[in-house]
Amino acid sequence: MKVNDVILQTVSKIVVFIILTFGVELFLSGHNNPGGGFIGGLVLSSGFVLLYLVNDMETVHFGIPFDFKKVAAFGVLLAVGTGVGSLLFGSEFLTQTAGHFNLPVFGETELSTVTLFEAGVALTVVGVVVTIILSISEDV
Amino acid sequence: MFIPIVILAPFMAALLVPFIYRHIPNRNIGWFVIIIPLTLFLIMVSFIPAISKGKTFIHTIKWIDTAGINFTTYLDGLSMIFVLLITGIGALVVLYSIYYLSEREALGRFYAYLLLFMGSMLGVVLSDNLMVLYVFWELTSISSFLLIAFWYHRKKSRYGAQKSLLITVSGGIAMLAGFIMLYVMTNTFSVREIIATISDYTGNSLFVPAMVLVLLGAFTKSAQFPFHIWLPDAMEAPTPVSAYLHSATMVKAGIYIVARFTPVFGGESIWFYAVTCVGIITLFWGSFNAVRQKDLKALLAYSTVSQLGLIMSLLGLGSVAHANDYNVNTILYTQATFAALFHLINHATFKGALFMVVGILDHQLGTRDIRRLGGLMALMPITFTVAMIGSFSMAGLPPFNGFLSKEMFFEAMLFARHFDELSIGALATLIPVIAWIASVFTFVYSMIIVFQTFFGAHQPARLDREAHEAPIGMLVSPIVLVCFVVGIFFFPNVIGKWILQPAMASIYPALEGAPGLVPRIAAWHGFNATLALTVGVVVVGALLYRYLQYWRGIYTASPLNWNLDTLYTNTLAKLGSGSEALTNRYMTGYLKDYFVYIFSFFIVLIGGGLLWLGSFHIDTSKDSVITVNEYIIIFVMMIAACAILFAKARTTAILLNGVLGYSIAFLFVIFRAPDLALTQIIVETVTTTLFLLVFYFLPEWKRESSAVVTKLVNGIISVAVGVVVTVLALAVQGNKMFDSISLYFEDSYNLAGGKNIVNTILGDFRAFDTMLEVVVLFIAGLAVFSIIKLKSRKEEKDVESE
Repeated sequence: MKVNDVILQTVSKIVVFIILTFGVELFLSGHNNPGGGFIGGLVLSSGFVLLYLVNDMETVHFGIPFDFKKVAAFGVLLAVGTGVGSLLFGSEFLTQTAGHFNLPVFGETELSTVTLFEAGVALTVVGVVVTIILSISEDV
Repeated sequence: MFIPIVILAPFMAALLVPFIYRHIPNRNIGWFVIIIPLTLFLIMVSFIPAISKGKTFIHTIKWIDTAGINFTTYLDGLSMIFVLLITGIGALVVLYSIYYLSEREALGRFYAYLLLFMGSMLGVVLSDNLMVLYVFWELTSISSFLLIAFWYHRKKSRYGAQKSLLITVSGGIAMLAGFIMLYVMTNTFSVREIIATISDYTGNSLFVPAMVLVLLGAFTKSAQFPFHIWLPDAMEAPTPVSAYLHSATMVKAGIYIVARFTPVFGGESIWFYAVTCVGIITLFWGSFNAVRQKDLKALLAYSTVSQLGLIMSLLGLGSVAHANDYNVNTILYTQATFAALFHLINHATFKGALFMVVGILDHQLGTRDIRRLGGLMALMPITFTVAMIGSFSMAGLPPFNGFLSKEMFFEAMLFARHFDELSIGALATLIPVIAWIASVFTFVYSMIIVFQTFFGAHQPARLDREAHEAPIGMLVSPIVLVCFVVGIFFFPNVIGKWILQPAMASIYPALEGAPGLVPRIAAWHGFNATLALTVGVVVVGALLYRYLQYWRGIYTASPLNWNLDTLYTNTLAKLGSGSEALTNRYMTGYLKDYFVYIFSFFIVLIGGGLLWLGSFHIDTSKDSVITVNEYIIIFVMMIAACAILFAKARTTAILLNGVLGYSIAFLFVIFRAPDLALTQIIVETVTTTLFLLVFYFLPEWKRESSAVVTKLVNGIISVAVGVVVTVLALAVQGNKMFDSISLYFEDSYNLAGGKNIVNTILGDFRAFDTMLEVVVLFIAGLAVFSIIKLKSRKEEKDVESE
């Protein structure tokens, strides 16, 4: 039941990038503004789902050759890993820390370990949502 | 910092083994594995001088400090005995396995499980925090399960593995409940702190239940009567596993718990009676049943049960020393515990050697049935020597270490007659009698091992393979063990001074350094009662063995055919069929039925709770004014909700459902919750996509034609749910039971370094929840994936068969 919707395909070529950029923006701004790992991950996955909707599976796999199950697993590992990581430095499990650094382009920037934790959350959300939707749609 | 690494090293190695196995897919993988226990053993040996001086090593890694759960390791004399056994016997067992297991076996898997077990067992004996101890405790059960089921294509292996898991894990859960009770009483999970403060809580109503529950855990793990039935079936595991887990280490975890908790519960009469009586009964029942076994490994299994009972009963007697204030007899009571610890080490040496001997016989001859064995002395002289030393030590004969601990055992049992604490009464005379009878049976089965295997007529026709001596690699480990058997007999006080003395100090902290707490072990006490008992055991045992065929009939006599195994099997089958019948009753396969259950339960629980507590107080005075925008959105939602009921097509219903979802998002915007609004919108979008995907599978949408009564009941339920939710929401708004915690979050920038409160909650204040949610989400994703993939594979198979 392949539908060749030219308008949707043309629009999505641009819109997907807007959605993905928005997702990354939401993810990064989450610390002090609305956003965060969960929402960022959801937006990103809706972008991927849109790609899968308008193109066929092979095309998308050619462009994004990830196994989304592994993406999810990596996310879980990252989220739990940041918790364990704090143990290695003698703090309590899941203790987060932050520091201000002078980066070449961004200038004075705050970098914090909670970003890694949130990245884990985001990757898990992306991985799981895409995995579920793909497995259901492949089941046809 | 060192001891946590000792625990974690085997786990790390277990992770590495499968990768290394890919490059070395043969038996040489064992040489990598053996490094771990050997290194750990040597390192731990270097701790002995410090430990024997009374030093203890404690290290805390903070984990969940607020809940009192920290990864605290504690090395003292008692832990030291077990650590040495785990690493020492572990190294020997790995060495033995290298030659025992065929290269066709899944060696990578085997060693990974074995290391997993080693790490968890070290965790059990080195953890001070009860919660951490419990986690390691269950990990030993799980690794034991995996190892028993190593040959999972055999039905008996799977049966044995399931049985051991069910019994030990049930006991473990009981123990967890006991630990939680201890926490409720003493407000700490640390064993050391509990020991220090427990005297304030002995009158607490939770004290006795906690004790019983902890004992249940210990008894199931250490295969005490009537939970011993799992151990003989666990013998389906490869023999190195039986030698390691099911004789030397894991089954002694229960003993460890009893010894560790003696300062907590010791001195209570229930503790004394439970531990002593269960131990004595197990001692007798195990040795009695061992005699009837035809399979050498089953014989050793029952013998292990019996020996564990012996150690347990000694610990029970020794706990009396905690009963009263210090008096003349206190030190004499402690001698039972000393004998227990001494026998613990001796048992590990001779039983380990015997298991390895049986493994050698099985490996070389293809059978371990004593009816097919015989006359092997000349053909396998080294194996014979090892078996003889091990068996004679088990029987309690000199010049082997079993003699020393058996004499001390008799001494302690005889002393039980003089107990004036805890009003023992008639039991005091019964204990030595049963102990003596059990020792006679022990002597008989020890003789069976030696004489029926190695003497008599050789029957080459009944053996699968020609008999000849085992390769030297397999013999090294048992030879090392029997060297200890003999060595300990001649130099028992080396063990006494360096290893047992600090262990006694950890069981009797108050008596540390008291004269006589650590006796001088001597082989010769002169002619006294214990020697007479030993001579009696030998004489009566030899007679019984000589005339075995005449009294063997009692085993087939009717009352002894009554059997705990049958009880277990029947109960399990009944549980299965019973729960299936129950489940089939309410699992109708109709979603609407399930909704009825869910909503009725909700109404009864929440609505009933509201009625019962009478918390209807609804206070709208503090509520803010409802604006026009809100009215409009609510109105739209109401129309959409009602319209769903009259929708003719499924697409319409889904679109209307979407209206509800997006309206909620708008409400969030109005209430200035952009995070929630964003999430709601995206979730709504993704859900709609999912809906579109599953459209294909859904049956045709048609009106249901159900009876008026059903419709009426459903109507009542739906109205009631609406009412309960509304009342609940208003009641929550009107009643302030607790102070608002929002102040805490408003300070988020200082506390968590972020201005977005929602995300500081998710990523910092409640990061634990988030982390576990992520894990749950992942598991759910995998579940969906595997359900669908498994289903489609099944369908494919059907197509092929057509």
